[in-house]
Parts: sequence; structure tokens; C-alpha cells
Amino acid sequence: MAQAAFEEVVEDFEFLEDWEDRYRMVIEMGKAMEPLPDALKVPATKVEGCASQVWLHMTPEGGAFHFQGDSDALIVKGLIALLHRLYDGLPLAEVGGVDARAELGRLGLHDHLSAQRSNGLRAMIERIRAEAAAAA
Amino acid sequence: MYDVNAIRRDFPILSREVNGKPLVYLDNGASAQKPQVVIDAITKGYAEEYANVHRGLHYLSNLATEKYEGVRGIIARFLGVKDEEEIVYTTGTTMGINLVAYGWAMPNLEPGDEIVLSVMEHHANIVPWHFLRERQGAVIKWVDVDSTGWLDPQKVIDAIGPRTKLVAVTHCSNVLGSIVDVRAICDGARAKGVPVLVDGSQAAVHMPVNVAEIGCDFYAVTGHKLYGPSASGAIWISRKRMDEMRPFMGGGDMIREVTRDSVTYNDPPMKFEAGTPGIVQQIGLGVALEYMMGLGMTNIAAHEASLRDYARARLDGLNWVQVQGTTRDKAAIFSFTLDGAGHAHDISTILDKRGVAVRAGQHCAGPLMDHLGLNATCRASFGLYNTTEEVDVLVDALELAHELLG
Repeated sequence: MAQAAFEEVVEDFEFLEDWEDRYRMVIEMGKAMEPLPDALKVPATKVEGCASQVWLHMTPEGGAFHFQGDSDALIVKGLIALLHRLYDGLPLAEVGGVDARAELGRLGLHDHLSAQRSNGLRAMIERIRAEAAAAA
Repeated sequence: MYDVNAIRRDFPILSREVNGKPLVYLDNGASAQKPQVVIDAITKGYAEEYANVHRGLHYLSNLATEKYEGVRGIIARFLGVKDEEEIVYTTGTTMGINLVAYGWAMPNLEPGDEIVLSVMEHHANIVPWHFLRERQGAVIKWVDVDSTGWLDPQKVIDAIGPRTKLVAVTHCSNVLGSIVDVRAICDGARAKGVPVLVDGSQAAVHMPVNVAEIGCDFYAVTGHKLYGPSASGAIWISRKRMDEMRPFMGGGDMIREVTRDSVTYNDPPMKFEAGTPGIVQQIGLGVALEYMMGLGMTNIAAHEASLRDYARARLDGLNWVQVQGTTRDKAAIFSFTLDGAGHAHDISTILDKRGVAVRAGQHCAGPLMDHLGLNATCRASFGLYNTTEEVDVLVDALELAHELLG
């Protein structure tokens, strides 16, 4: 079991039959996410290795992992929103133990989205793990 | 009669599915698929006729050499070149242009000398000239295209000054599809005594090319876009410019004699072909060019013109699609963005789910993207085997992307 926020998404996705609805949901989650202020879209928060632009701004607090993220691509932004539900608020020590790809696979996206190298999912997960380890 | 359905059966990959949908391959601008005859030639090359070229006196080496060298004449015919010894084998246009940069331009340019480029060049026709700018003070002069993506040949000619040593332009934009009037540019440049390099990567795929009629000095093509193997290709270099060139890469095959203290070079074109080449790739390229000429370059151009007109009409019917590059005379290459709808990568990801392969990004054309004020576009680029039905699949998939992302 992942965090409650993510389990809610898993439940929602269970009712979606085709990929179009799943993609629509991912895109809507991205659109609903609070955008990262432009002042935080700087080289230090930019995640390299993504075909589109991605920024992750980590704000660990009180031993818990927190972050904000943004992308100029809507599907990638939706992936960030999913990662947010998966990781945000976790104790720092638990971040490294999350198998994000397997969790996202439960959403029925693994056939394409989570396996696609160019969307930067791998790079984003690595950045989250590294930052959490550094803050712990 | 151009029977596109029969032609499609020559390309085995076109019958496969992607994401459960029939493949609609519209990324020909990046690389084209291969007909069975090319695949067979590669298999036969390795299975029955393989040895190194130019070296052995044994049967297989002679056979491989004969096949490999025979391609020079095919390329010459394809490009309208009389003397096949003016054809230098390369691994593609990138290598061809680098050969000219290192072999011809580097020894001939002084600091402050200029190279004239259009803003719609591919990075392969930009970065080698940046090397000369960085390393020996060459100056790059840029010529813009107008709002339709048209390059005015007179503007290129006007950019030629007393310090200009070379004009390097594409024959067809890989992003916009715009066809460049390279003949007019060459006429003007010749009057000013300046050589012209033409990047034929895209143009040679879509229309008949005759370098003698164009009047350029260098014309580079790339095999993998010409339905041939990857890492095959050629550049035509006029005898006059060849004589002005020094070799670029050193190694075997390009020499006549090597001692401890001296080296003498082989005659062109081998002087510019160091090391064991892509033997089988080049043999495959010969088969690919024969395949294209068998269909007829004029017929291919006519088929693609009808695809272009159909695609243009269908895309014009979508008022939320912005097509970049609207010159009347263009190849069937369409770069576009969608109103308010996320990133080119979002669009291509959704198209891919419908089996439609397009490219998304900057298309190796940073200066053009800056000129257009865009971060990225999606590009649908058509080839000799595409159909109007595939245009319809593209449009349906775009409607879905627009709905999901809008």
C-alpha cells in the first residue's frame, strides 16, 4: 500500500476502461496542480534528461519529504502530480523504499507512459530519491 | 500508374501494428523505412558476398569491391553527375558537410572570412561552421526566411560580401518543407566567385535532383532518408573543389604510400575515404536508389505533391492547428502546434497511441525555432509510401489530442 493520496488515485483509475480516459485523468491532474512560480524555475531545480522541460523544487520539512514540480508538457505535469501523491509527506527515510514505477504500473499506464524513456520519469524519480537521501 | 498499395507491400514494416493500431509512419524526415530489396541486399551482402574492399585479391574481396564500387555510378546517375569519381562516400550528410568544413573550408578561410547560412539549416549544416567560427575566427552570416518560410534567393546573394568564402544552404527545410531555389542562389554566388554547398538530405528524397543544373559545388545526401541503410551516404564534390581540398580523416585506403617520414595520398575520391567503410550499407544504398529510380523520381514527387495538397487542406480545416511553413512549393513536411494544447511531446505521445509516428521537438534546427518563436513543434513528414487515408488517421488523432489536451 502506498500513501492514501495515491491509493485514492488507484481506486479512481480502476473505473477507467480505456487509455484515453486514463490519459485524460493524468492530464487533468496535471492541470489541477499548483504551478511552480517562475522564480523557482531555475537551473538548480531543472531536471535534465527529459524531452520536455521539468522542474522539481524540494522542500523537506520536519523529517518529511515535500516537493513542488512543474513541466511545460501536460502529460509530464500529470506524471509529476502522480509522483506528488506518491511521495509528498513521506518520512524522508521511506522515500528510497518506494518502487514508483511499480506503483504507477498499477494505474494501467505501464504499457506506455511509465516505460517511455523520453518523458523523464526515470530522471524525476532519481532526483527525488537523491534529494531525499541528501536531506535525511 | 503509381500504385501506392503495391509499393506499401514492398516495405515489410508498414504492415505491423503499434499500440494495437496499424502503423502510420509519418517520421520520414527523420529516417525512412526500408523496402524488402534493400533488406535482402544487406542479408545477401553478409551471407554470401562479404569481405573487406580494396584489399584482398581473393574472390570475395573482389566481389565485394565490385558491388561496393558499383554504387558510385548509381549515385552519380541519381544526382545527375557525369563523372562518378566526383562522388565521395560518407556515412550521411553530417559526415559530408564535416568533410567540406575540415577538408575544404579550414585550409581556405582566414579570420574574418564569412560563411553565409540560411536560418532554416539543420544543425548538421550549422555546427561544422561554428567549429570554424570558434577555432579560426570565421564569421557566420545568417539569412532569415519570411513569415511563410520562404527563403528569398536574392537575400542570400545580397548577403555575399567581399569576405564571403562559402554559401551553405539546404535544398529543402527539414522543419518547414520549404524548397529553396538553389539554382538562383548558385547563379548569383557564381557571379561573385563564391562556392555553394547544398544540403540535399531532404530534397533528394522528394524530387529529382540534377547537380549540373543546380550549378553548386557540393551536394550532400544521406542514405537512411533515401530508403537505404543507416550510415550510408555520399557527397558530390566538383572536381575543381576536390582539387582544392586536403584529406580530412587519415587511415587505410586513402593513402598510396606510407613510410616513417612521409605519406602520399590516393587519388580522389578514395583520398577522402579513410578506413574500412560501411560496405554493406553502401551496397544497400545503391539498391535503394535503384528502387526509387525504378518508381521514377518524377512520379514520387507527383505522389507526394498530392499528399501535400490533401494534408494541407485537411490541416487548414482545423482552426486550432497552426502549420509552420506555408509556401506553395514545399515538400510534404508539416510542422505544427495546437492552440493552447500543451507541448509537442504531449501531442506526439497521444498520436503514438493511435499508431501515428511523428517527431516532436526542435528538429535539430535551433536557430529556426528561435526565428519562429517556438520551443518545439510536432512534425508529420511524408514519404513515397504514405497515403491520403493516413492523412485522415493523423487528423482524427489530432482531434483526439486537441480534445484531451484542450
